[in-house]
Amino acid sequence: MKRLLPLVPPLFAVVAALAVGALFILAVGQDPLTVYGAMASGVFGSAYGWGQVLFKATPLVFTGLAVALGFRAGLFNIGAEGQALMGSFVMGAVGAWLAPRAPGVVVMLVAAVAGVATGAAYAAIPGVLKARFGAHEVINTIMLNFVAAALINYFGHAAYVHETVHTPELPPGAMLARLGAWWPPLAGSPVNLSLFLAALACVAVGLLLWRTPFGYELRATGMNPGAAEYGGTRVPAVWVKAMALSGALSALVGVNFVLGYKGYFESNFTSGVGFLGIAVALLGRTHPLGIVIAALFFGALSQGGLVINSMVPKELVDILQAIVILMAIVSHETVERWLRRHA
Amino acid sequence: MTAPATPSVTAKTPPAVELVDITKTFGRLVANDGVSLSVRSGSIHALVGENGAGKTTLMKVLFGLYQPDSGTLRVRGEVARFRSPLDALNAGLGMVHQHFMLVAPLTVAENITLGREPRAGLSYDRRRAEREVEELSRRYGLRIDPRAKIENLSVGEQQRVEILKTLYRGARVLILDEPTAVLTPQEVDELFAVLRSLRDQGDTVILITHKLREVMEISDRVTVMRGGQVAGEFETRATSVPELAEKMVGRPVLLELEKAAARPAAPALEVTALCVRDDRGLEAVRDVSLAVRAGEVLGIAGVEGNGQAELIEAITGLRAATSGRVALSGREITRATPLERLRAGLAHVPADRLSRGILAEYDLADNLILGRQRDRPFAKGAWLDRHAIHAHAVETLAAYDVRPPIPSAPVRTLSGGNQQKLVVGRELSRKGSLLVAAHPTRGVDLGAIEFIHRRLIAERDRGAGVLLVSSELSELLSLSDRLIVLYEGRVVVETRPEDTDERALGLFMTGQQTA
Repeated sequence: MKRLLPLVPPLFAVVAALAVGALFILAVGQDPLTVYGAMASGVFGSAYGWGQVLFKATPLVFTGLAVALGFRAGLFNIGAEGQALMGSFVMGAVGAWLAPRAPGVVVMLVAAVAGVATGAAYAAIPGVLKARFGAHEVINTIMLNFVAAALINYFGHAAYVHETVHTPELPPGAMLARLGAWWPPLAGSPVNLSLFLAALACVAVGLLLWRTPFGYELRATGMNPGAAEYGGTRVPAVWVKAMALSGALSALVGVNFVLGYKGYFESNFTSGVGFLGIAVALLGRTHPLGIVIAALFFGALSQGGLVINSMVPKELVDILQAIVILMAIVSHETVERWLRRHA
Repeated sequence: MTAPATPSVTAKTPPAVELVDITKTFGRLVANDGVSLSVRSGSIHALVGENGAGKTTLMKVLFGLYQPDSGTLRVRGEVARFRSPLDALNAGLGMVHQHFMLVAPLTVAENITLGREPRAGLSYDRRRAEREVEELSRRYGLRIDPRAKIENLSVGEQQRVEILKTLYRGARVLILDEPTAVLTPQEVDELFAVLRSLRDQGDTVILITHKLREVMEISDRVTVMRGGQVAGEFETRATSVPELAEKMVGRPVLLELEKAAARPAAPALEVTALCVRDDRGLEAVRDVSLAVRAGEVLGIAGVEGNGQAELIEAITGLRAATSGRVALSGREITRATPLERLRAGLAHVPADRLSRGILAEYDLADNLILGRQRDRPFAKGAWLDRHAIHAHAVETLAAYDVRPPIPSAPVRTLSGGNQQKLVVGRELSRKGSLLVAAHPTRGVDLGAIEFIHRRLIAERDRGAGVLLVSSELSELLSLSDRLIVLYEGRVVVETRPEDTDERALGLFMTGQQTA
């Protein structure tokens, strides 16, 4: 029973958000139960719906893990968006350049590694600035989001297909297989092998945090830098490494989109998954398992938004997401305080 | 303003304060369990007990900060109900907290009259305020310049301001919470003189403390609390330190540490001409040289803020030295990282448990490997060895009597004393060649103090060098084989415990005497 207590605040956040959402649905003259019912059956009523949820949850797992890893080290990485863009851009450009010159597997591997390395290096910048000069990572990661967008615009001229905003398309042989290829009911949904990469990333982050000396030091740094330093941890080095890992995880978003879905990098394709990663990390309580659940929830919410598009304004889904985030933050504190007093 | 000094107190005078059968619970915790306390008017009454014995709760009930679940409060014979500290103040009660509540940039007179400022028309009547404060301080022998700024006063002087503040508000019953914790022996003498003068003028003083020798010196009557109940009440004249200690702890306590003569060997630590700057960039340690030999305890005395913290940080690698040299067992480590020093045989009980010593959200087992997370047997290859960590926890928690000994419990759920035992246990289990122990018994119960002291001596006898920094002079005198005093970052004297006493050390500590 006690072990389940950490689940209470996020569940409270979800329920409260749906309740407040119901008020909005009533306000636009619809029946909340009908709308939520349509949403649920549209999302979970078919294999295709499930596939869409999994596809949308995949990048959120990556960015959620990225932000959570930062949190664990005491860092607030608001730059997952920019890191994901930079990594994916390099992934697309390198893949396109390599595609005519190498076999598909090599193209995928090299592109993925190059993209992830770019994300890591890009995120390491605010890490180094903090370690060397004490510059706050919140400000620097925000600013670097703009820098990333500008850099991609600039270099995009060279990398994009003429008169488009995307890189050349990869041949099918240089792309990850879709799950629909093995299990026909999923056909039509772009959910692909990177789903398993996301699961792998969760396990890897969990093992890193709780089973290695580096993870011990990383969490110690986030909890109490003074004590970590006392215990022989080089705190600034942990900051740099944690930021780099965070950026690497963010860049994995590109594996799902570039290598798994479109076959090319497209300007601004991330459309906020980096920022939504913050919400996923918070709602998932910075735990890999929680992040999976939170990512699935946000994935379902976004897919459900498409289903009920004809019944209520599309903005309603955005409002629901925002409320969940607010509730996640508020309930974190209040519910926990209440539990401590009464349990 | 206070009434003029009342002469003698007759036998018929009702008790200044009476608490009858007070019970106060917090959830399942019974902090006060039917506690009764009667304080004679015009007396100094000491309230002693270990951490968590319920003294602070009782005083907070008396001062209106807590409402009791049941029980009665009487002030000068009349039943009182305090809904807030304001009610208590109006009834003539005043409390001097351990942490002063003064406005640093304001003057003494401004602080004392704050909230009840004398006015001249719309403006603050500075002249009158200063005059009133001066009169008050003369009457009670609390020497203080009303025009001085708080930030320029010593800790002892600030405490005097706090006492004057309560007197200015008309308090006739003063509650002092651990008032001597931050004072030098000379300042303690002065405080006690003030308390006696208050008593002689008919005021009542309640003294919360855990220092039994001071209880014997200053109080008329003493109440001992243990486990939320009154464990005994004595006329001070008719009791003794061992009796009080036994009542406090619930078993006989060995107050005098038994230790064999030290057998110093080769130097474990050599510090040569060390200079260190503090956070503000000011020189905090000035040209300090010292040596700790294996098998001896070197004590460092000094008023806090005279370079002890910076010296320790420079030795342990948490702060860079500006010049000088540090060597551990003959190996230079002046520029080594904290991890390298730990691996070279350094163990360190840090002064501030919360900001350095523990990871509050980590469980006991993980806290017990802090500093060794990359060393065998806790790390094997790239992985932590959970079995080794658990086994180490079970063993260490038992050996150092940490309660409750649950390896998977978060360390924040432990009491302060048990957290400290955990830190001490962790560092001693390193079996290093040098132990740097800063305030190893701060905030720890009498029983645990005895335990930690014995362990420190055992560490010495095992052949480690021990560098001990403490603000408790009695602790330094009983544990150290040699002693140095730091004043303004310099070593002003080196001596032996048998050649000195608290009073003499106090003079060195305040710079009034140099060797």
